[in-house]
Amino acid sequence: MATQISTSAGRDRFVGGALSRVDGPAKVTGLAKYAGEFSAENLAHGYVVSSTVAKGRITAIDVSAAEAVPGVLKVITHQNRPSVAGEAKAYQDMVAPPGLPFRPLYDETIVFSGQPVALVVAEEFETARHAASLVTVTYEEDTPQTDIAAIADEAYDPPKKRSGIKPPPKPWGDAGAAFDGAPIKLRQQYRIAHEHHNPMEPQASTVIVEDDGTYTVYDKIQGVANTQLYLTNAFGLKPEQVRCLSPYMGGGFGGALRPQYQLFLAMLAAQDLNRSVRVVLTRDQMWSFTYRPGAIQTVSLGTDGSGKLQAIRHDAVHGTSTYEDYQENIVNWSGILYACDNVELTYRLAKLDTPTPGDMRAPGAVTGIFALETAMDELACATGIDPIQLRLINYTETDPVEEKPFGSKALKSCFEQGAERFGWSKRSPEPRSMRDGRELVGWGMATGIWESLMMQSSARATLTADGRLEVGNSTADIGTGTYTILTQIAADALGLPMDHVTTKLGDTNLAQAPVAGGSWTAASSGTAVMKACRKVAEQAFKLARGMDGSPLANVDFERVVFANGRIEVAGDASRSVALTDVLKAAGKDKIEATESASPDKDFKKKYEAYTHSAVFAEVKIDEDLGIVRVTRVVSAIAAGKILNTKTARSQIMGAVVMGIGSALHEESVLDHRLGRFMNRNLGEYHVPAHADVHDIDVIFVEEEDKANPLGVKGVGEIGIVGTAAAIGNAIHHATGKRIRELPITVDKILAA
Amino acid sequence: MNRFDYVRADTVADAIKALGGDPNARFIAGGTNLVDLMKYNVEKPGRLVDITRLPLKSIEEHAGGLRIGALVSNADLAYDERIQARYPLLASAILAGASAQLRNAASTGGNLNQRTRCYYFYDEGTPCNKREPGSGCPAIGGVNRIHAILGASESCIATNPSDMCVALAALEATVQVSGPEGDRAIAFADYHRLPGDDPSKDNTIKPGEIVVSVDLPPTDYGQHHTYLKLRDRLSYAFALVSVAAALELDGQTVKTARLALGGVAHKPWRNLEAEALLQGKSATRESFKAAADLVLREAKPQSENGFKIELARRAIVRGLEQAAAGTPQSQSDKRIQ
Repeated sequence: MATQISTSAGRDRFVGGALSRVDGPAKVTGLAKYAGEFSAENLAHGYVVSSTVAKGRITAIDVSAAEAVPGVLKVITHQNRPSVAGEAKAYQDMVAPPGLPFRPLYDETIVFSGQPVALVVAEEFETARHAASLVTVTYEEDTPQTDIAAIADEAYDPPKKRSGIKPPPKPWGDAGAAFDGAPIKLRQQYRIAHEHHNPMEPQASTVIVEDDGTYTVYDKIQGVANTQLYLTNAFGLKPEQVRCLSPYMGGGFGGALRPQYQLFLAMLAAQDLNRSVRVVLTRDQMWSFTYRPGAIQTVSLGTDGSGKLQAIRHDAVHGTSTYEDYQENIVNWSGILYACDNVELTYRLAKLDTPTPGDMRAPGAVTGIFALETAMDELACATGIDPIQLRLINYTETDPVEEKPFGSKALKSCFEQGAERFGWSKRSPEPRSMRDGRELVGWGMATGIWESLMMQSSARATLTADGRLEVGNSTADIGTGTYTILTQIAADALGLPMDHVTTKLGDTNLAQAPVAGGSWTAASSGTAVMKACRKVAEQAFKLARGMDGSPLANVDFERVVFANGRIEVAGDASRSVALTDVLKAAGKDKIEATESASPDKDFKKKYEAYTHSAVFAEVKIDEDLGIVRVTRVVSAIAAGKILNTKTARSQIMGAVVMGIGSALHEESVLDHRLGRFMNRNLGEYHVPAHADVHDIDVIFVEEEDKANPLGVKGVGEIGIVGTAAAIGNAIHHATGKRIRELPITVDKILAA
Repeated sequence: MNRFDYVRADTVADAIKALGGDPNARFIAGGTNLVDLMKYNVEKPGRLVDITRLPLKSIEEHAGGLRIGALVSNADLAYDERIQARYPLLASAILAGASAQLRNAASTGGNLNQRTRCYYFYDEGTPCNKREPGSGCPAIGGVNRIHAILGASESCIATNPSDMCVALAALEATVQVSGPEGDRAIAFADYHRLPGDDPSKDNTIKPGEIVVSVDLPPTDYGQHHTYLKLRDRLSYAFALVSVAAALELDGQTVKTARLALGGVAHKPWRNLEAEALLQGKSATRESFKAAADLVLREAKPQSENGFKIELARRAIVRGLEQAAAGTPQSQSDKRIQ
């Protein structure tokens, strides 16, 4: 059993604390370098020319004016590019959905607006940018289709399923008949807008050509192994020829899970010119790949006066590209969150002339839970049952789909503690019944759920003669605090102070680890680091026990603790050896171990693993003008052991802010005639400003989970799930108006 | 962004000379709009004339009012004690816009000349009559939720994005310009223009001319003013609708009213008829509704922005209520008063 790998080698001193980020000083002083900031001798700069049409073909490209600009090295197009892999399958990265990936500058075909059509490479960035404005491209245009509503009828069940994404379960019971027979029925359509990730840091790659002909690649990626795989396949390179690094990231949110075209173009140019090349996308170009697909959903709920659900039906359609079938889990939650005997869930895709959508923080759950939890609120109104009570009536301790208990599910505690903190009992249930001057006050709540996952991951730990420890693997800290929690775990495991431990991440030379996504990094890399440290501890102990006159002679490993840089007999600090002395006596300059951690198969056989939340929101809305303020959010989270209450709280707060954006602001607007996103900048694509964010109160409820030895379930995504529904429900409570389409903007409030 | 020449001028005369009647040259002060437009290839100046050293950075007494140098930053203007005491409407409007950083950089003259936020104008991959005369207006029938409801044409439905200018319109400021042919004064109402069939021109400044100051006439509205800005988030967004209102009251009777709207037209929108209608009326919701109806009588919705007509109607009523009550909208507390 994995649980045997306990922290017996050390004491919990840092794990569970509220520690500041270990990478904080580097980030705020500018020492932390990002993919587009690394330099090299003779670095050339690439600037991407983007397609202005969404569908069609290039009939001519005139690069003569651009090439005539002094300082321009080359303009690379599909017509003159070096040879690359022809098979689209060679471009499939680790998280590619089924289909044939987009191949940059492959041929004259245009499949989305903003598609790269040329790369201008110059001595200086400014020269490349100027020359790029001189490239003229002529297109033969076809009519694009980017309107999901227009082709929802043509939607299909994706023939090939995406790895890691469960298709909807087979229906159980008879949802249709049960719904028809239910005394109280609710059937509504819900929509969310297309959203783009919009991290602060744009997508960027720096490809450095080393003297020995190998490449060092700094890429903005949530897992350098994916960059390496992509480059080796697309360019026919061997892994040892391409070292990939991504030490820091200015926000990932899923947008940097897949290698993007700037990486391909930078490598293409580096090979073509045999010199180092950097390509950074503009903010505008951040709308030319991956987005959270807007979806059209219908939720049908049937119940009687008791509130017990008799039927759940949840149907969802969203767009994908013409070349890949991106899939996310939108509807399955409706089968897992509540106990119901008659459930039918469907999920279909429709092909749009856009880039392939992709994972964006809690992909699918943000979408599906908005619909389900809004519908539940509507049902609470219809039955006159308190929204929390309605959820308790339908509470389930087992996963109805897999028919297995949850490894842990402290959702009831989330309801209790969240409601208590929020003051839910003082809520007057009637809509429009609470007011503060000219403002209507609304209180709403919703449930959140996300998977608790662990992926196979390895880590290396190295204890050096100076008593310092280095741990790490190739996963990324996408801004979540991974450096910090791994340092905490390692420091505790070997009884060292935090500043004696260095964590290294984001380098293919480090131990192998998966991409950072799905909220699985704490469990996966955390367990691997713990195991590697444990191995180092065991080796150190063996050496210590063998020292001449060792005070640890005849003591078992289970009887010692690692503390203050020493190995001590538990309960007898007088019998101890300093780690530095152990290495010195053994004549070693280091003790090193690489260990791999995998999900516990026995646990997975018996249990299902999810994180849960209860989100409470207060809104105040000017009655005449419809302007909404989200004045309070309480988010009560059940996510197992919290490794660092400070960074975890930041995760939840950030996710709540993103949830506010999803509820009220975020929308990438398409002109369907042009097949083009039109608000491609942060002035016109609105995310919450500080003024939109008020009190956010985060509660971590006690939850003991045994899926992994750390007891950790992941906190990167759960904080956003349900937030938009809670806000929408609060808006209904304030105004009596039910807005079923996100974002809830003033026009929709006035019209309702 | 293209390559360009850069020259710096030290006097107004030098600046005018440096521009040299070159239609492809541009003055640059704060650059908060021009540089963005250059990054989007909307503006491709061959030469930039840096005017930041011109002696136009003071606020001085002038004819009973104040003369604001064209290079006074938006932040310095908003926080000037005389402006706060005598023209709080202007201070409030400025603080309703942009961010602290942008207000620090942006100049008074530049604010007057900032260009529309129409998506198509910014996107060189699409047609736009303002950017490329004669190419068409895809905003009509396209993505136009933020576009004009008043004074638009078949050629252009863009709006002026300025907050400051809405207040200046209500205050009946005068724009002083200087050019190769000498100095002239332009009444604020005549400074910006409607698109008509030539939307490429935002204003009536002639080629080669430079804004040197903005003159504010004396006013007497006391605390009876407001700048109410409604937008898609509570800060750092352009107005869907904004209202600058100032009232001179005699007890509960309106002596004079000033009312200007932002976010609804190609220029700050005033309707003198509506202001006249309020004159002599009692400062009640009914009077304000009547004025709002009059302002919006000619309003015409596009495919996505019909809501702005009703939103503007309500905003006018609320703005006038705030002005009448002497409770101007706070720009730091986002609760609408």
